[in-house]
Formats: sequence, structure tokens, C-alpha cells
Amino acid sequence: MIKVKNLHKKFDKLEVLKGIDEHIRPGEVVAVIGPSGSGKSTFLRCLNLLEDVTEGEIYVDDRLITDKNVDINKVRQKMGMVFQQFNLFPHLKILDNITLAPVLLKLMTKEEAKKRAMELLDRVGLKDKADSYPGSLSGGQKQRVAIARALCMNPEIMLFDEPTSALDPEMVGEVLDVIKKLAEDGMTMVIVTHEMGFAKEVASRVLFMDQGIIMEQGTPKELFENPQNERTKLFLSKVL
Amino acid sequence: MTFWQKISEEFVRCFIREDRYKLLLSGIGVTLKVSLVAVLLGVIIGFFIAVCNLSKKKFLNIIGGIYTDVIRGTPSVTQLMFIYFVVFAAISLDKWLICAIAFGINSGGYVAEIIRAGILSIDRGQTEAGRSLGLNARQTMTRIVLPQAIKNIFPALCNEFIVLIKETAIVGYVGLMDIQKAGDFIKSATFSAFMPLIATAIIYYVIIKLLNIGLKYIEKVLRQSEIR
Repeated sequence: MIKVKNLHKKFDKLEVLKGIDEHIRPGEVVAVIGPSGSGKSTFLRCLNLLEDVTEGEIYVDDRLITDKNVDINKVRQKMGMVFQQFNLFPHLKILDNITLAPVLLKLMTKEEAKKRAMELLDRVGLKDKADSYPGSLSGGQKQRVAIARALCMNPEIMLFDEPTSALDPEMVGEVLDVIKKLAEDGMTMVIVTHEMGFAKEVASRVLFMDQGIIMEQGTPKELFENPQNERTKLFLSKVL
Repeated sequence: MTFWQKISEEFVRCFIREDRYKLLLSGIGVTLKVSLVAVLLGVIIGFFIAVCNLSKKKFLNIIGGIYTDVIRGTPSVTQLMFIYFVVFAAISLDKWLICAIAFGINSGGYVAEIIRAGILSIDRGQTEAGRSLGLNARQTMTRIVLPQAIKNIFPALCNEFIVLIKETAIVGYVGLMDIQKAGDFIKSATFSAFMPLIATAIIYYVIIKLLNIGLKYIEKVLRQSEIR
């Protein structure tokens, strides 16, 4: 589904990604873990070109999206993204937050989008908030709306950039539950996270990133219980 | 003769006799016409200059930079006279319209900076969220960033409108009869300074007060999404 070849990313002189090769297959739930500054968020943001790539190739469904002639907006419509800071649109009601893109991009009529949005809000347990503004929601509720907003585009893959890092501890669970349900429904996902327990439980594969490369990867069982790399061992000993 | 009698006699002499109040009334019309067109023009020009200044393209930055630099670096009287006597010297256009264009060009330079600051005040995450949903840059700007930015810059824009209305009092320099010029005319005709100048001041004050009430109301509507 997504193939990454020799991905490099530099911010001015600072090289954040130093050659990443990765293949994400349909139905996989890939958790990306690693210390701060290891490049895991940058890696995720490169996948839908929110960061422009310095060097290397990214293929989505066998299309080279790092090519200048590709309409990246079309590609992004099929890649949902959820941010650490939620990034709901504060000037729009919850329902309009969700329906804005599909209606504006003429993928659905207003009525279809509204119907779909209500279904999704129901799924994340926030049907009664449809007419509220984001300002009146808690962090956990905002993040669930953000997930619903991304899902309303009917994406083929979901990218999560530390979805629970900005949440109060008691709200982490409600967001993880929503993501877990998505995983059970077979959604392809890449999740950058600091929630090791969650990664262990939900991920089909875990990538450990450090110093701009993927140091080690494997099933959660392999990586968490029997890490091979010294850096992985050190990191896990600190966070587990 | 009591004080009040004196005042009322002055009033009649300045405004009623020879229908001089009509000068002020038509002056109000001129001031409002010039201001309104100038505000609209200023916002349009300001938006495009702001976009130039925020663009990644170097030559657009330079154009925007020169524009704001020149507008802010020279007196508005000079700009008005230059546009009236030089730029439009050979073009026959209504006097008030030329003035409105001049003030629009002037206001655009200030509005550009206000709009630029407003766009920059919106978190990058908003743009990223819009783009990640597949919206293009223009859709993200018009549907997500600008509506929020306008809310933030509204008070500053109101201030600019108010300054602009008062600034138009210099159109007398090119011979347009606005409120200020009308007052001035009455002053020369009656050899009385107090009445016409007080009248001029009150008229400007009332116009701006009314405008303020209207703008406050609009601001309240704009802020609706912040009601919790």
C-alpha cells in the first residue's frame, strides 16, 4: 500500500531522516516508537507529503507520489491524518468540521455527508455534540471528532501522529478505544505513539526509530519481549 | 442679548441663511461615498498585497514590500495630490472617485499588514489539517484560515476604517467639497470659525459613533463560535 525507498529529510542542515525503507501492507497496523527527536513524526508527515521529501521515493498504491506531477491533494483524500493537537476548525460546528472536506471536494452531497458524519459521530460516541463548537469539547472528545473527520473521507489508510500525547491521562483511554475499534475493522494504520501498552496490544508490527533510521522492527512480541538492538533495549528499559 | 440668543443667532447666520446647511449635507454624502469605496478598495488591495508578502515567490515579496514601504513612508496628502494631479491628470473621472481610489490605494498598504498579521496568527496546524484532508491551498485559505483570521483582525480593521474616514478630510486639497471643506467654506463666508468647526467635528463624531455601534454588533456575531 505504501512503499518508502531510501527516504531522507533535511531541515536546513539538520538531517532528521537518514534513509528509511519501509513497506506498509493493506490491513497492517504499524506502531512507530522511539525517543523524542528520532524522526518518527517527520517520517509519518512525509507519508502524505506534509513535509517535502529531500531525497528518496514514496509510492502509494504503486504511484510515485514524490513525483512533482502527481496531484497530491487527490492522494491525501485517501490518507486520513490525526494530529497530536487535534487541529479541529474552531470556527465551525462539529458537524461542519466533519462534512467540510467531503462536500467541498464534491465527494458527497451535503445530505450524504451529514448522514455519514452522524454515523461516525455515533461510532465515536459524540452524536449529541454535532451542533457544538470545538471550544466546548474536552481534549479526548476533540480527538475523537478529529478521527471522525478523517474517516468521513473514507480513507484507505489512517496516519496518527501521537494522538494521545496532548491529552489528560484520564482521556487517553477513550481515544485509544476508538483507534482499537478501527484496527479491529481492518483499517490500515500507521501510529506514532508513546503508549507502549497500546502498541503492544493493537499493532501488527512495531518500528523502533532512533537517530533518523529504523533501528529495529518486528511483531510486538518480538520487539518488546526480545529486542535485539542495544538502542532498542535501552529505550525499552526506560519506558516500560 | 443673552448667551443663548447669541448662539442661536450665530447658528441661523451660519447654517440657515442662504441654505448653507445644504453644503454640509452634500459634504456628508461626499465623505461617505469616498470612504466607502476606499474601504472596499483598501481591503481588496490589502488582501492581495498580504498574499504577495506571505508568498514563497521572491518577486511577489519584493512587489508587496515596495508597496507597503512607499504607502507607509509618504504622507497621504502627497499621495492624494500625486494621484489626482499626476496619475489621473489626463483621465476624466469623477473627482470623488479619484479621491476614493487614492485613499483605497493608501488604505491597502495598511490593511495588507493587518491581514498578513491575521493570517500568521492562525496556527500552522489549521493549514495542515485542511491540506491533510485533500483541500488545496486556496480552499484551505478561504474556508479555514481566512474566516478565523478575519475574526482576529476585525478590531484592527475597524480602527483602520475609522482612521480612513477621518483621513478623507484632506480631499479639500484637490478641491472636493466634503464635510471638512464645507465647514471651511462656511467659515470663510460668514467670518465665523466656531460654529462651522464645531458642526464639522460633531458630524464626523456621529458618523464614527454610528459606525462603531454597527461594527461592534458584527464583531459579536463573528465571535459566536466562541460561546461555550
